[in-house]
Amino acid sequence: MDHAVLYLTLTAIFGLFMAWGIGANDVANAMATSIGSKAVTIKQALIIAAIFEFSGAVLAGGQVTATIRKGIVDVGVFAHQPELLIYGMLASLLASGLWLMIASRYGWPVSTTHSIVGAIVGFAAVGVGVETVHWGSVATIVLGWVMSPIVAGVLSYLIFTSVQKFILERHDPLAAARRLVPLYMFLAAFTISAVTLLEGLSHIGLPLSMMESYTLAVGIGALIAGLGAIVVRRITVDPGNNRELHFGTIERLFGVLQVVTACSMAFAHGSNDVANAIGPVAAVVSIVGNGGAVGQTSTMSLWVLMLGGAGIVVGLATFGRKVIATVGEGITALTPSRGFSAELAAATTIVVGSGIGMPVSTTQTLVGAILGVGLARGIAAIDLRVVRGILLSWVVTVPAGALLSMLIFYLIRLILG
Amino acid sequence: MANSYFTGIFGRSPIKPLQEHMAKVVECVRQLKPYAEAVVAADWDQAGTLRRSIIELEHQADAMKRELRLHLPNSLFMPVARADLLNLLQAQDSIANKTKDITGLMGGRRMVIPTPLHDLFLRHVQRCIDATEQAYSSVGELGELFETGFRGAEADLVESMIVELDRIESDTDAIQVELRTKLFPLEQELPPVDVMFIYKTIEWIGDIADICHGIGTALQLLLAR
Repeated sequence: MDHAVLYLTLTAIFGLFMAWGIGANDVANAMATSIGSKAVTIKQALIIAAIFEFSGAVLAGGQVTATIRKGIVDVGVFAHQPELLIYGMLASLLASGLWLMIASRYGWPVSTTHSIVGAIVGFAAVGVGVETVHWGSVATIVLGWVMSPIVAGVLSYLIFTSVQKFILERHDPLAAARRLVPLYMFLAAFTISAVTLLEGLSHIGLPLSMMESYTLAVGIGALIAGLGAIVVRRITVDPGNNRELHFGTIERLFGVLQVVTACSMAFAHGSNDVANAIGPVAAVVSIVGNGGAVGQTSTMSLWVLMLGGAGIVVGLATFGRKVIATVGEGITALTPSRGFSAELAAATTIVVGSGIGMPVSTTQTLVGAILGVGLARGIAAIDLRVVRGILLSWVVTVPAGALLSMLIFYLIRLILG
Repeated sequence: MANSYFTGIFGRSPIKPLQEHMAKVVECVRQLKPYAEAVVAADWDQAGTLRRSIIELEHQADAMKRELRLHLPNSLFMPVARADLLNLLQAQDSIANKTKDITGLMGGRRMVIPTPLHDLFLRHVQRCIDATEQAYSSVGELGELFETGFRGAEADLVESMIVELDRIESDTDAIQVELRTKLFPLEQELPPVDVMFIYKTIEWIGDIADICHGIGTALQLLLAR
């Protein structure tokens, strides 16, 4: 196939650009709730994000990448002109990367997921033909965008209500918190690892049976809970702080818990947002790797996922600190008990989404989860104008991504074709 | 270049400003005791100074009230009804207003409180200040109430504080009755218009405790939702 090296180089550069953008901007929202509640410092957040975003992308990102790579467009149509698919995927990457840059400059509530899906639909439907798009799967994806914040909201409502019922309303809430915080840690670690393991790790050479997966997940959960129990026992009561019910001390216990959910959040974000950014890269790599044959069921190259993970870490290292600090400072209203409820709900929803190959928006899922905590009377004031902004962004981002990718698609075809 | 919209979802919590407003109101009401002492001692210089400081504090409380109202847009979703919160704020603010009115009435008329009434009158003032302090402590628990989601041990604690507030309020009612009973036999010897305004002053001071009782009720409403 002609230009194979050129295609690969361009894709790698565009993919890195996209992942870098996610690392620089998008990660901030995933980590901000933990920083806002002072559960972790900015430095710790950067380290957590680097490790868990990377592992999320590599361990659990495969399904979403596959959806982006061959779920939205009917790759069979491109069998005779694989270059078109390559141009399209390149255009999609560049378009959503650019759109994200513009949007985050102005602080618009856009999502990586929405722009990349819009971009792919755009180049395929207009640049090639309406029939090339799997409209059914696009509809499913859009349904997922609506459902994920709702599901996360319901989950966080239930989680926070349980925190109220079993801890905060008790006559000795501190003792209840000491007992239950490790249990919540188990729940968080178990859920995330169970979903990830069941989805399969054969792509990193670790095929596990269902039984083994559950056993391992229970083991990871127990390990985290055990460590948590030790840390929790070491936290002593602040004298003076908060009179008889010790809510200040209780929040410090939840702060420990929130370290675990911050890791889950970073992992979830890596598994979904990174994966859907790297999907087009995987598409190009698969075509070039198969000598121009489209739609081969080759397993995804591990290095593509690692490229995405690496891009994120570079983004974090260059701009992440500043952005995370800015966003984190704006969220002081969230105490660790609330932050934990929202993060656990959002992370679970996103990881399940990743498991079934559903590209969702991390930020919007987290916003849904925060609203859920608010509905449980957990947050002093929520400004609903943000929700309106998000709804508006759905209407704008998808067409914007589509339009940009169409233009870039024609441009690339003009230059390379 | 931060995605600022994510932080935008967290509106400014009204609790701290509400408590700060109440702190200002308490500061204002506390001046009523030295003021009443100055009036009883007929030290009008001192009374004038204290009145100016009360007016200043009332202005400050007013400004804080306006500021807080501006930051409660309709789009704000809170665990308590916006109307309940505004009622609470209004009640708090009217304590400072009442205090200012009382000093205006007493100072403007150079009111002379009959000597046999002095001790009881000062106790009346003190008890109403106590009521305000108790209301202030109850409002001070709002943060913890939000923390627990308005239920459980913390809600019980606030409930008991409101019971204490009610007790203080009925105390002031009793003092008021006693003051009137003592004033009645003295009526004949005093200028009628002065007597009228002494009754009025006693009533207005009692109003402070009534408003505090109203704050307790507003807090109970917040708990009940």
